[in-house]
Amino acid sequence: MKKLVLATAAAALCATTVMADVKVGMITTLSGGGAGLGIDVRDGFMLAINQSGRDDIEVVIEDDQRKPDIAVQLSDRMIQSERVDVMTGIIWSNLAMAVVPAAVNQNVFYLSPNAGPSTLAGKGCHRNYFNVAWQNDNLHEAAGAYANGAGYKNSFILAPNYPAGQDALTGYKRFYQGALAGEVFTKLGQTDYAAEIAQIRASGADSVFFFLPGGMGISFLKQYAGSGVDIPVVGPAFSFDQGILQAVGDAALGVVNTSQWSKDLDNAANQAFVASFQEAYGRLPSLYASQGFDTANLLISALETAEPADADAFRDALRAAKFASTRGDFAFGPNHHPVQTIYAREVVKEGDIFTNKIIGVALENHADAYAADCKM
Amino acid sequence: MSLILIIEQILNGLQFGVMLFLMAAGLTLIFGVMGLINLAHGSLYMVGAFAAAAVAGLTGSFLLGLIAALAAAALAGALIEMVVIRRLYRAAHLDQVLATFALILIFSEGTRWVFGSFPLFLDIPAALSGPVTLPGGIEYPLYRLALIGIGLGVGLGLWLLIERTRIGIQIRAGENDREMIAALGVDISRLYTVVFALGAALAGLAGALVGAIQSVQVGMGEPVLILAFVVIVIGGIGSIRGAFIGALLVGLTDTLGGVFLPELFKLFMDGGAAQKSGSALASMGIYLLMGAVLIWRPTGLFGARA
Repeated sequence: MKKLVLATAAAALCATTVMADVKVGMITTLSGGGAGLGIDVRDGFMLAINQSGRDDIEVVIEDDQRKPDIAVQLSDRMIQSERVDVMTGIIWSNLAMAVVPAAVNQNVFYLSPNAGPSTLAGKGCHRNYFNVAWQNDNLHEAAGAYANGAGYKNSFILAPNYPAGQDALTGYKRFYQGALAGEVFTKLGQTDYAAEIAQIRASGADSVFFFLPGGMGISFLKQYAGSGVDIPVVGPAFSFDQGILQAVGDAALGVVNTSQWSKDLDNAANQAFVASFQEAYGRLPSLYASQGFDTANLLISALETAEPADADAFRDALRAAKFASTRGDFAFGPNHHPVQTIYAREVVKEGDIFTNKIIGVALENHADAYAADCKM
Repeated sequence: MSLILIIEQILNGLQFGVMLFLMAAGLTLIFGVMGLINLAHGSLYMVGAFAAAAVAGLTGSFLLGLIAALAAAALAGALIEMVVIRRLYRAAHLDQVLATFALILIFSEGTRWVFGSFPLFLDIPAALSGPVTLPGGIEYPLYRLALIGIGLGVGLGLWLLIERTRIGIQIRAGENDREMIAALGVDISRLYTVVFALGAALAGLAGALVGAIQSVQVGMGEPVLILAFVVIVIGGIGSIRGAFIGALLVGLTDTLGGVFLPELFKLFMDGGAAQKSGSALASMGIYLLMGAVLIWRPTGLFGARA
C-alpha cells in the first residue's frame, strides 16, 4: 500500500514537471438533458487539438450538468486553483451569463463555442470575450429572411417561454415582413404539443416558425407529422442537428432550417473535418461539433503568434482569426462576434441516415443587431 | 375560438390525463401499500421507453416493443425492490428520498452508458398513424385516441384487480394494516415485490406509449414524475380512484389553461404581453389547482389518511 502511495506521488511529481504551457478550461454539458450538445462540442474541440499535434496545450474538461451554480463553481476553481489561461465550452446562454462576465473580468480569455446571449454581444461585451458560433438571434433572423424569400405571408410562431425563446421570436420578427397568424410561448421542457398544433390548425397560417431545441423539437415534429397538418415548417438548425435527426425520423424530411454550417459546405477545411470526425468518432458531426472544432482552431492559430500571457498581442491574434474555418471565410465583427453567411438547409435522407443539404443562402455576411451597443 | 378547437383541446387534455394516470397509479399504490416515496418512478418510465425503442428498432414491431417495455420496467422494478427498496420500509422518509434519488442517478447514467447521450427513435405503428375524422368534422390523431382508449382500459383493469381479485384484497388490506395481514399468513414481502413490479410496469407502459410521440432520451422521466406527484396529492395519497380523477383534472387544467388563459388575457392586454403573462399563469395552473384542493380537502379528494 505504502509503495503504491509513493509511486502515485512520484507520478504526480513527474506530471507537474512536464507542465503544459497553455491551459484551457472547458466547462460544458456532458450529463443530463442536453448532454449531446456538450459532447459534440468537446469532441470537435479535442479533434482539432489532436490534429494540431501540439502537446503544450492542456485541456481541463468539466461537466456543468446544465446547472448555472455548478458552472460557476467549476469556473471559480479553474480560474483560481487551476489557473487556466483560456476558457470555453458553455452551451446554454443562462450558464454563459453566470460564468462569462466574472471570468473575463479576471483576465481570462473566453471563447464561446455555442451560447451567444444578446447582452454579451451588446452592452455587456468585453475585450476578452470572443464568440465563435453566432449571436443567439442570428439563425432566427435568417429564418425570417428565408420566409420572405419563400413568399410566406402569415406565419404562426412558437418558442419556449425563456430568454433565448423570446430572443428567437424577436429575431424572426426582425426580418420577417408578413403578418402573424399566431404567437405562442410554450413551457420550457414541454414535451406535448397537441394543444399548440390544434391552434396552428385553426389559425389559417401559411407557415410555421418554431425554436424548440433538443428533445422539445423531436416531440413537436413527430406530433406535427402525425396530426395531418401540412403547413410548411421553418426553424433554426438547433432542432435539426445531426444528433437528433435520427430520433425525429421521417417527420423531419423536407423541412427547411437555417444554419451557419452544413456538412456539405464546399471547402477543403470542412471536407477534411467531416471525414476526420467520422473516422475518429464513428458518427457524422453536428453544427455543435463544427463550432467546437472552429473554436479550437481559432485558439491554435492565435497561439502560433502570441502567448496568452501577453494579453494584448494574444487578443489581436484572436481578432485576426487566421484559421481555416469549416465555414469557409471567417471574420469577427467589432464586438467579437462572427460576421457570417447563414444558409438555408433542407433535411434529406442519404441511405439510412437523415442529414441536411444546403439549398440556398438565407443571409449573406450577416452581423448581429447588437454590435452598435458594444463599447469596448 | 371555434367549438371544434375546444373539443380538440379537451381530447388533448384527456389524453394527457390518462397517461399521467398510468404514472400516478403506480406511485400511489406504492406509497399507499408500502408507505414509500419512490422518486425513481420516473426512471422506470424511462426504462420502459428505452426498452420499447430498442426492441421496436430491432424487430420493427411496436407491439413487441410494448411487451418489452412492460417486461423491462417490471423486472427493473422487482429488482430494485429486492435489492434496495426492501431495506427502506422502516426507514424515515428522508432516507427513502435520498436512496431513490440515488437510483435516479444510477438509472440515468446507466442508460447513457448503454444507449449513449443522443435520443433514440421510436415511431408510432403505421396502423395507428395519421389523423382520423371524428363526427362533427374534428380531425384528430388516431394514435392519441388509442392512448385515451388504452389509458381508460388500464384504469378499468386496475379497478377490477383491486376490487374484485384476491391479490386486490391483499393490497387493500396491506394499505390498512400491514402487521395484521402478515399475521394472517400473507407473504408480505412477496406482495410488496408484486405491487412494486406492477407499478413499475404501468410506468414503463406509459413511457413506451408516450415515447412514440415524444422523444426517448435520458432524463425524460423526471418532469412527468413531478406531475405524477401533483396528481396523487390532489387525488389523495394511496387512492387509485383519486389518482384517476386527479390525473384527468391535471391533464385538463394544464392543456386548457395553456390555450385559453392567453386568449382571456387578450381581452384586456395587447397580443404579445397577453401571450407571455397568459402562458406564465397557465404553467402555474396545476399548482394553483393543487393548492385549492388542499385547502378544501387537506388529505386530497379521496385521501383516507391525514
